[in-house]
Amino acid sequence: MSYAAAHAHHDDHAHDDHGPAKGMWRWFTTTNHKDIGTLYLVFSLIMFFIGGSFAMVIRAELFQPGLQFVDPMFFNSMTTMHALVMVFGAVMPAFVGLANWMIPMMVGAPDMALPRMNNWSFWILPFAFTLLLATLFMPGGAPAGGWTLYPPLVLQTGSAFPFAVFAIHLMGLSSIMGAINVIATILNMRAPGMTLLKMPLFVWTWLITAYLLIAVMPVLAGAVTMLLTDKYFHTTFFTAAGGGDPVLFQHIFWFFGHPEVYIMILPAFGVVSEIIPTFSRKRLFGYDSMVYAVASIAFLSFIVWAHHMFTVGMPFAGEVFFMFATMLIAVPTGVKVFNWIATMWQGAMSFETPMLWALAFVFLFTIGGFSGLMLAIAPADFQYHDTYFVVAHFHYVLVTGSIFAIMASAYYWMPKWTGFMYNETLGKWHFWLSTIFVNVLFFPQHFLGLAGMPRRIPDYNVQFADWNMISSVGGFGFGVSQLLFVYILVNTARGGVGKAPASPWEGGTSLEWQLPSPPPYHSWTEPPHIK
Amino acid sequence: MSNAIHQSIARVGAVLASLAAAGIAHADWALNMTEGVTEVSRSVYGLHMLVFWICVAIAVVVFGAMIWSIIYHRKSKGVTPATFHDSLEVEIAWTVIPFLILVGMAIPSAQVLIGMEDFRNSDVSIKVTGYQWKWHYEYLDQGVAFFSTLDREHNAARQLRSGIDVHQIPNYLLNVDNPLVVPTGKKVRILLTANDVLHAWWVPALGGKKDAIPGFVQEMWFKIDADKPGTYRGQCAELCGRDHGFMPIVVKALPAAEYDAWLAEQKGPATTAAAAEPTVLSKDELMAAGEKAYAATCAACHGASGEGNAGMNVKPLKGSAMAKGPLAAHLDMVLNGSKVNPMMSPWKQLSDAELAAIITYERNAWGNATGDVVQAADVAAARGK
Repeated sequence: MSYAAAHAHHDDHAHDDHGPAKGMWRWFTTTNHKDIGTLYLVFSLIMFFIGGSFAMVIRAELFQPGLQFVDPMFFNSMTTMHALVMVFGAVMPAFVGLANWMIPMMVGAPDMALPRMNNWSFWILPFAFTLLLATLFMPGGAPAGGWTLYPPLVLQTGSAFPFAVFAIHLMGLSSIMGAINVIATILNMRAPGMTLLKMPLFVWTWLITAYLLIAVMPVLAGAVTMLLTDKYFHTTFFTAAGGGDPVLFQHIFWFFGHPEVYIMILPAFGVVSEIIPTFSRKRLFGYDSMVYAVASIAFLSFIVWAHHMFTVGMPFAGEVFFMFATMLIAVPTGVKVFNWIATMWQGAMSFETPMLWALAFVFLFTIGGFSGLMLAIAPADFQYHDTYFVVAHFHYVLVTGSIFAIMASAYYWMPKWTGFMYNETLGKWHFWLSTIFVNVLFFPQHFLGLAGMPRRIPDYNVQFADWNMISSVGGFGFGVSQLLFVYILVNTARGGVGKAPASPWEGGTSLEWQLPSPPPYHSWTEPPHIK
Repeated sequence: MSNAIHQSIARVGAVLASLAAAGIAHADWALNMTEGVTEVSRSVYGLHMLVFWICVAIAVVVFGAMIWSIIYHRKSKGVTPATFHDSLEVEIAWTVIPFLILVGMAIPSAQVLIGMEDFRNSDVSIKVTGYQWKWHYEYLDQGVAFFSTLDREHNAARQLRSGIDVHQIPNYLLNVDNPLVVPTGKKVRILLTANDVLHAWWVPALGGKKDAIPGFVQEMWFKIDADKPGTYRGQCAELCGRDHGFMPIVVKALPAAEYDAWLAEQKGPATTAAAAEPTVLSKDELMAAGEKAYAATCAACHGASGEGNAGMNVKPLKGSAMAKGPLAAHLDMVLNGSKVNPMMSPWKQLSDAELAAIITYERNAWGNATGDVVQAADVAAARGK
């Protein structure tokens, strides 16, 4: 066979739009970034409902003072599992799913750089969460020492302990592989002409997030392994009686934990930085400063961890350092919020569902930022710490922050993913129900915390009864409202309200809008031209 | 004109003040942190309000701009979008101005912190130890020490589906058998540690919390205003297992003279009891004392009637090999804890008399009728082994 013939054959192959494998097998063997993205997103939605059902148990028990439904031990398992499932099962996989779907399309690549590893990094997750959720049925119950896994309490966990540790190891492996893939794709597979400072902000935030993941997931793995050896192999890393230090664990955990919260919010910043310019019909204000702000936040995230543990009795110098460093985060975060508002300023805004979620994100995440600034003040934190004020704070940044941004991106890109338009009226209903209920749910928790209600308690003094009841009503409403999202999703996948054009939003300028909706199986078989 | 404005401002102020008063009367709808009863708690409150109002001011500007934009810069008004997307001056301004605001917050914060870290010249020192799930208070160099446990009536009401209306119980979950008694107007130093897992000692009115960590001793202090004797309540603030929500802290602040009288009274009987020979009690006396001590110390895990707790992997004591088997093993378990389950920690810190009563009770209650009677002397002997 001549070279020319072989070449021709190769060309044939390249233009042959071969689709996915048939049937269920497609989902197990796929190496396609869109299929894997879909797997991640569906998995994350399932986990969102499982973690949400745990939250419903918590809110039902807290609806009234007195113990009505569950044993305090099971209550503690619920708070612990709710957090582990939501953090590692819902929010992180959702963003990895978005990265898988969108990054190749946004940088002009045919697929992710490491497709087989991509398959592996997803398929670890169902096993990890089977292990974790199985602990609910084990003697001694699921882990109940809080998601922060503080020793010595966590060492009192029953048979569930090694399963939970191994599950966390697996989640870490999955995240690290996902992160490597994102970095390899972004650094190697951009279309010619797309310099780093021309990348969409979503891609930028994910690049930085991926480095954070690689830096801190091994730290968590190390910390939980030390717990494991403390429990079963008589090491005493965290036991004072053997020369160890229980506070050491907290330092290690939060060295992971603080970057971890930015892992869950930086891609949200990216999404919002895509959506606001689109629906303002105006370029993102201060693109360069947005990139620098994200990079500064990522750097600062490594030197503020001990603000989670002001009450462990650090020396004065330590407390002052961590207080000042934490306050500094307000500067780049402020820059981002100001830039979003400057983008809207004198734009021509319209308020389709994705924009509504993005605007609510800016409002409500900023409220979470304010309470974060208050928590940074060490002497005041001695009052706030471990109260419902903290619970309110981190739910404002994680629910109305991260999850609202995920919802915004789901509506923003749903026409691209499915090729169909979702029902705008239902989307707005979903948005307004969620936004009203989420504030009824979490805003009163600020009051509860300030009035002195500690977190992680199943029963409380009657002075906290009224706000708890209101908060629970908000919780049930928010939970039920999310069922509407499932309906909208299924409805859209089945045809929605009609076919979506390649670029359904007037102001969308990034590369994914140049591909048809739905996009071809291999996104960009030829690199696009970058202006 | 300006007079009218002043009048209306005064009227609004009066309404707000009455609302605030109503808020205090009906603490149920409490919105804000307590000012507390110490100088430190008031400065923390001041700091909290300072940062809060700064946040409110920033929010007004930021959200104001955003809402303005949402109202006036919308496509449905037929506006043409502007094309600007950069401004170095503006970006420098909104980097530098927030930084300066932060400096303005940082200075008073550090000052308050410096005050809190001054542990010198205390008048009273109390060692506080957290246990699952109670507090132990020891007045250093005074020979006065006791456990402080959730009040029995509250403990009954908080059981799952107890059928007791918790609204009828004053200070539900915030009452203890033995409160911590402290003098007002004196600097009280707390030396804080824990026996088993992390706890945190927190009374909001005293201005903050600190973690109790096994193997480490932390310091904190408070000085309650001389004119504010009273009872101040708080809770454990660090998750410490099943009954984390049920280990309240009650601080009874007495004027210095009353405090001295109280302390003398505590020392009186305690010293004589310690000096006296261990008394021999009848089985009935031991059972009665045992029931009380069991409810305060053991029932949290082992159940009010020895039924155990399946959720916590605690097997029943009722009819168990431990409670009905050899006495030596039972004594060893209570004094030295379980080799297998770390939740059963050693209970050496209880007195011989208390342990004797508890063990007698466990061996004879709920149909465990072994007939064994354990005296304080037996426990003392087992302790020596």
